[in-house]
Amino acid sequence: MSRRGTVPAARSRGGSGPANQRPGGAAERASAVHISALTKVYGIGDAAVHALRGVDLDIPHGDYVAIMGSSGSGKSTMMNIIGCLDVPTTGHYRLDGIDIGSLDETQLSLVRNRKIGFVFQSFNLLPRTSAFENVELPLVYGGVRGPERRRRALAALELVGLSDRVEHLPNQLSGGQQQRVAVARALVNAPSLILADEPTGNLDTHSSYEVMSLFDRLNALGRTIVVITHEEDIAEHAKRFVRLVDGRIVEDRRLSPVEGLPPKLGAAESNHYPKARAPLAQTQPGTGV
Amino acid sequence: MRVREVFRFALRGLRANKLRSGLTTLGILIGVGAVILLIAVGQGSGAAVQARINSLGSNLLLVTHQSGAVGRAASTRGGNQSSTANLTPAIAQDLATSDQDPDVAVVAPVASTSVTATYQGASTTISQVVGSYPAYLPISNDVVSQGTSFSTDDVDHANKVVVIGQTVVTDLFGSIDPIGQTIQMNDVPYTVVGVLASKGGGSTFNDPDDVAIAPLSTVQDSLTGFGSLSEIAVQATTSGATGAAQAEVTNLLLAYLHETASTEQFTVTNEASLLSTAQSTTQTFTVLLAAVAAISLLVGGIGVTNIMLVTVTERTREIGIRKALGAPKGAILGQFLIEAVFLSVIGGALGVLVGIIGSRFTIDGIKPVLVPASIALAFGVSAVIGLVFGSLPANRAAKLHPIEALRHE
Repeated sequence: MSRRGTVPAARSRGGSGPANQRPGGAAERASAVHISALTKVYGIGDAAVHALRGVDLDIPHGDYVAIMGSSGSGKSTMMNIIGCLDVPTTGHYRLDGIDIGSLDETQLSLVRNRKIGFVFQSFNLLPRTSAFENVELPLVYGGVRGPERRRRALAALELVGLSDRVEHLPNQLSGGQQQRVAVARALVNAPSLILADEPTGNLDTHSSYEVMSLFDRLNALGRTIVVITHEEDIAEHAKRFVRLVDGRIVEDRRLSPVEGLPPKLGAAESNHYPKARAPLAQTQPGTGV
Repeated sequence: MRVREVFRFALRGLRANKLRSGLTTLGILIGVGAVILLIAVGQGSGAAVQARINSLGSNLLLVTHQSGAVGRAASTRGGNQSSTANLTPAIAQDLATSDQDPDVAVVAPVASTSVTATYQGASTTISQVVGSYPAYLPISNDVVSQGTSFSTDDVDHANKVVVIGQTVVTDLFGSIDPIGQTIQMNDVPYTVVGVLASKGGGSTFNDPDDVAIAPLSTVQDSLTGFGSLSEIAVQATTSGATGAAQAEVTNLLLAYLHETASTEQFTVTNEASLLSTAQSTTQTFTVLLAAVAAISLLVGGIGVTNIMLVTVTERTREIGIRKALGAPKGAILGQFLIEAVFLSVIGGALGVLVGIIGSRFTIDGIKPVLVPASIALAFGVSAVIGLVFGSLPANRAAKLHPIEALRHE
């Protein structure tokens, strides 16, 4: 699903030469995220804060990772760097084979547009802008035009079960619905990675469950997902569990294999989510979302 | 992308805060409107002066007493009349008959005053009552449109006849035919024999139609007395000969009054050149008005900057979201720049409209004259103002760091 034309196009426009920098050889696809010896220092001298102190992390395509840590553990810094919003002080970061450290600001914005879908704790939908227009925003900046843009935005909204809320403004939607619009926006450009920062932090239990189930299903469809959270029960949705303490990874545990379904997808879904199965069934790989 | 989309985002931003956009537009509107209108007013008053020059005739010289010299002579020499030369009809006669002034065509002595005139209960003040010879009328570009002028015979017999201007006709007679009627000027009865054609072009303070012309002898006899004349009007043969005529008249007068140039008690002025001075003053006035208007346009521009800075601060989070979604720097810059340019161009267009409408009204007696170049200039400047004054806030928006922008509450 995500292996569509936009990805190589983005590479040729955005990356300065990622193909020959790929560590694993040409035949094998590069990891979605490959981080080695990453450090991040804010400030200089005595005032320096070491947010990350040498992090190594490899996330293959199709993985579903929960990054946990208390506040001050460096998980926000981690999120910003993985999301290409910030650059590391030392170390390397390759996103889908592209060496992010070598990109300038314009190329970074292109990478953010094509390779990453953000889901924020506070939804971050544009106010006074309909759900549809919010979802089509990454496509607008990605240069997708007219009917193609409309089709893809509507398909993304359908995938999150909001086909009947297309023209609603954010303040006419519940928190859970707003977050689902944000998820639709995150996946509309078929990114290599969906990056969610405390996606359920502002939601009640039921809405949290809705959104996490949505992530489960997206992962089952082949999406690579990274969720940053401090809640254990949210982390249990993931296939893999990474814990950060004081800027270092202290625990990296795999809960289920990369190739399989996410652990929570199965019995629970049929109980709690009878309605949402229909759009899932219609949007199997190849529908172009 | 995306120009069309960026436009759409910019318009949405403006629509989101209509009152604020409207008020900012108003600032530019006033600036552009003021530039256009004030330049038109300046141009209009310049045109009025030009019309006065044309109505006077460009080859008129006036010989007048230098009032300062008379005053000094009177106070220091105490009533020694011989040293205080009066302008008399004899001098005028002398100038007319002399063969040393070939550039002088016509000479007319003038005694002028202002009077209160009444006719059957109607009353008005005639600010310029001129006593002269019939020759005065062509000199001052006056044409009798109705009735006749007075004659040399009237001057000789001091007949109480008068030719009046249009303003006097309107004030005293309204719709009644004034020819043959008798008006009282300072309680002296005069018979109206003619009406002058309107000259127009004057302001309320300087109306060339508020005039009455009567024989010199009559006016001196009944209104001014037989002292010094107010002035002697001299017409040069051509407008190019006014300089030469001025010199000849000055020399003749010096010789006639046995004076030297240093003690001369009269001045010979070229009325047209005085008005040229007035016109250049008007020009300065126009520039001054335009400068004031330009300042208000500048203030309007600063208003745009101010409001756009507020907008950028207010929408920092939106900018962060857009950047996280992959908006390139140029798209953000363009969006806010277009907002600023849109504000100022809309304001400019409305300002042009206001300026054009405003210049259709007469302002303080001046009919404004639109200058097309000023419209183009003011509108162009307003667009440039949007670009220049919008670039600071737009740049600030484009340079925002996405992380900090997203964190902004």
